[in-house]
Formats: sequence, C-alpha cells, structure tokens
Amino acid sequence: MPLSDEDVREILRIIDESDLTELRLETEDFSLHVVKGERRLDPPVPAPTPTPRPRQPPADDKPTAPEPGTADGLATITAPMLGTFYRAEAPGKPPFVDVGGRVEPDTIVCIIEVMKMMNSVTAGVSGTITAVVPENAELVEYGAPLFRVEPA
Amino acid sequence: MKRIKRVFVANRGEIALRIVNACEELGLETVVGTSDADRDGLAARRADRAVCIGPAPASESYLRDDLVVQAALGTGCDAIHPGYGFLSESPKLAARAQDNGLILIGPPPEVMELSGDKLRAREEAARAGVPVLPGQEVPPDRDAHKAADEIGYPLLVKAAGGGGGRGIKLAHDRDELGNLLSLARSEAGAAFGDERVYLERFVANARHVEVQIAADEHGAVVHLGERDCSVQRRYQKVIEEAPAPNLDPATRNALTAEAVAFATAIGYRNLGTVEFVLDADTGEQFFLEINCRIQVEHPVTEAVTGRDLVALQIHIADGEPLGFAQQDVVFDGHAIECRLNAEDVARGFMPSPGTLSLFSIPDLHQLRVDTALCAGATIPPYYDSLMAKLIAHAEGRDATIDVLLEALEDLDVEGVETNRALLISVLAHDDFRRGTITTDWLERAIV
Repeated sequence: MPLSDEDVREILRIIDESDLTELRLETEDFSLHVVKGERRLDPPVPAPTPTPRPRQPPADDKPTAPEPGTADGLATITAPMLGTFYRAEAPGKPPFVDVGGRVEPDTIVCIIEVMKMMNSVTAGVSGTITAVVPENAELVEYGAPLFRVEPA
Repeated sequence: MKRIKRVFVANRGEIALRIVNACEELGLETVVGTSDADRDGLAARRADRAVCIGPAPASESYLRDDLVVQAALGTGCDAIHPGYGFLSESPKLAARAQDNGLILIGPPPEVMELSGDKLRAREEAARAGVPVLPGQEVPPDRDAHKAADEIGYPLLVKAAGGGGGRGIKLAHDRDELGNLLSLARSEAGAAFGDERVYLERFVANARHVEVQIAADEHGAVVHLGERDCSVQRRYQKVIEEAPAPNLDPATRNALTAEAVAFATAIGYRNLGTVEFVLDADTGEQFFLEINCRIQVEHPVTEAVTGRDLVALQIHIADGEPLGFAQQDVVFDGHAIECRLNAEDVARGFMPSPGTLSLFSIPDLHQLRVDTALCAGATIPPYYDSLMAKLIAHAEGRDATIDVLLEALEDLDVEGVETNRALLISVLAHDDFRRGTITTDWLERAIV
C-alpha cells in the first residue's frame, strides 16, 4: 500500500518533534531513510541570516538588527518562538542577564510573550553574555538572535 | 476614513503572493508571516516585511492563531488576511483578532462557527428554504440503522466538524455502516475536536457546483456566478471552471438565488462560497456547505466577471459598500483552472517535494498563472503539493481548453514529479470536452 500525503507529513512531523536525528524504517514493501538537518547543535549555532528584503520595512517599525560577525567563536541564543522579547520579569525589575553576566544551560535569560502567555527562555549553553541583540519589548521572530555568548 | 493600511498575510505559497499583489494594487502595506521553511519564499520577498512565526510544521506556525495575532500586532498591522486552508475558517482566529482590535478579512466569528458546523449549516439552509440532502445526525446512543434505512444505501457518513472533502466515508450497506461508525466518530474527534457525525444520502452521479457570493456590512448580498468543480480525486478539486457547462438556465437561477437566500439568512459577511451537489440523473440540486474563505479556484470567477475578488474582500472588510448591484455583475467568456501539483501520479499521488531545476510556463495571451515558484525554488515537504494554478480565459469553452492544453504541453518542469500528464489527459478527454464529468469520473478514469 502506498503512503498517502498525510502519512508522509505525519512521519516528517513525528521525526521533527522527536530527538532523533536519523531514522531507518524497512518493511517488505518499502524502506524509508530520513536524516534530520543539523539544526540544533550544542552549543547553539547562529541562526541563518535572513535574506535582505528588497523593499524598506514599514516606516515606524525598527529594522531588524544587523547580524554581527559570527566567525569569532561566539554562540548565539536564538528565539525558540515568535513573540515580544522581555529582558526582565516585570517592568522596573532588573534584567535576567546582562552583558558580562555568566549563564549556565538552564539559566533563564529572557521572557517571550505570545498573547499574554509568558514563556521563559533558557540559555542552553554555558558562558558569558557578550551582547543583547533585540531591544526590550521588541517583536522577535522565530529563530532571531537574542544573545551572543562566549562559551566556557 | 480607511481603517486598513497594513495587512498581515497569514499564509504561504501562491495565495500569499496573490494577497500581497492585491494589497500592493490597493496601496496597502503587507507583512507576510512565514514558517522557517518559507523565509525565502516569493511572497516573503515581495512583501514590505516578512516575519518568521515558527518552525516548518504548520502545527507550530501557520496553524497557530496566537502567533499570527501576536505577529500582526507586533508589526503594526490593522488587518489579517488568512488566505485559504490553515486558519482561514478558524473562529478562534477571527475571535482573537477581534479581541485585539484587528480586522479579520472574512466573515465574523459567529458566522464562521455556524459555517464550520456542517450540521447546523444544513439546518439553517433547510430553514431558509434551500434544499438539503436527506440526512440526520446519529448520536452514539441511538441506533443508526433506522436512520440509514430511511436515507437508503449507499450513504455518506460525514463529520459535523469536517467539510472541504475531509471527514467523509461511504457505506454501501448495514454491515459496512456498523463497522465504520465508531471509527468515523473517533477520527472526527481527533481531526476536528468534534465527534458528531451525520448520515447523508450519497448521490451516485453528482456534479459539484458552487456559487460565489459577496456580502457587505450594509446588508447587500450578490452572487458572482457559479463554478463547476466536478473533476475531483478523493474529494479534492483538480480542475474548476466557470460557467458550469451544460447547466440549464433554470437550475443556474435556482442555485444562485438559493445561495443568496442562504447567505442573507445567516447574516453572512464578506466573500463566501455556497457549495451544491447536482444530481446528474434527476437534475435536482442540494446544499452541501458554505465556505468562509477565498477559494483556491477564485481566479475563474475573476476571469469571467472581471473583478478582483481579493481586493473585494479587503474592501468589504474595511466597511465599504459593495459598490455594485447584482445587475452590474456581467459574465464574459469561459474560464478553466487546473492545479499543477508536485506529486507522483504513478505512485499513488505521493507528494514529490524537491528543488526545481527548471520551471517555466509559457506566456500565453489568454493564460494567467498563479504561482510563487520559479526555477531554483524548493517545494518543502510540509505543506500541500500545489505548485501553480493555470487559468485560461477565452471566448468559448473549447478554445479555453485548447489554451490550457498548449500551456501544459509547453511548460518545462524538472526536479519534481508533477500531475501534468494527468491534467492533459483529462482536458483532452471526450467526456471533459462534452462537459459530462461527475465527481467520481476521475477516480474511475485513472484506475
């Protein structure tokens, strides 16, 4: 029996959501070999630079921060979801982390808000923060660079 | 006092590009919300801005109404255009947009709710005097066989939360019905979050004819003619045309009048499509469902009416009156659309994602091509396999078919498998030429 469109998408979805990087499946009728793209290395790798847009962004939006050089051995903490970037738990509170601060993989570095849902983001890497990329309360895209970290 | 100045496009592929183009013509700014797989898509590149709303799987990006609204707010948009598929008929998105002061380009949430409930829509249609197929809901605690015997076999088991050809099963007899009812319920629960199913008479020789309607916020409702979408595979449309061939004027008038009556009765707003099944043996027509979105096949209506339906959607959502009356809607010529898909017909229509080493469609005078792909583009494996819509518009039906055949035969595509040969064989078939296709024709023809 051939696989349907849904089957193929379902398989891809399952693999995408799992920790597997490679899957080999063989039955009498077919064999399937899937290798997942190396997207989540440890430490995190810099997100791919978005393609420059040919036209100017709408006037009252800040343009996305330019990507600083990444050939310097720095790791990048990227946004695990789209949302509003907050550096502190609440207005007036000190930021979770600042430049020069030390982080461990489970250190909370910021909050990303999606429709009133506050999502804590952890560093995922050990090291020292060398840069905070977005402005506080700015919309960040999925995969956008948030912090540069000098791994240690 | 226009309220809409910047539109968030919550979709991908050709329809996202179509919306960006319509906005550009209207002088509106656009922001396209893409998944990680579509960052470099043509729609994202053509828009004023693009934001990546999530990872490639649609469940984590295009189907997340919270991310869509957050992204629309964060980029200063006033309105969201959901396109078709994904969240286009989601009452949740409509309600969330409304709660956050955004205009959803489509009907209000309560109309979407009603339209999404195929059982309630049936009841409302019957109440509005629109014929519906014999059928009824079969709750788990009631004997379905009595209801089934009244309807007669074979019959369809449909999910109340389904629609668009999804959640439908055919039962030929009592045994088969008994076997598939509980499966149908659990599948409906899993797929639509609603376990209710109903039985409906199966029309063996059926044509699928639908009516495009437009309703403004000031009570005006008009139709923009019908489309025939009988060339289907597994309830998915392959070729669509306007006007419907061999439709007698009395039936056409009845269909369009019923569509307008139904839309008026339920307080419909914006563009919508009322779908009917036509019994090719008896000539009777029955209401099927109403769709709250721009349809994939909207270009055939645009071709024969000369109206930009996406612009009309935005215009209505902005509170403007329609600006034309029923008698102003005039029809010119014949239009046929075919869907070029990246799929391997020989291997059970398996999707064929990949990178296009070559893709070029001839530039013909009477041909419109809606696509977001070009040579070098990649068709990701996560979404539907639609590559391009080819729409021919000519004086007569035969001439229209010939334009499409020429385009299909001369187009170049390499890198993925496509259904091009299948489209050619359908368009060149005598049955298609005669306009006698019914919804089961394609599947019988390709066995």
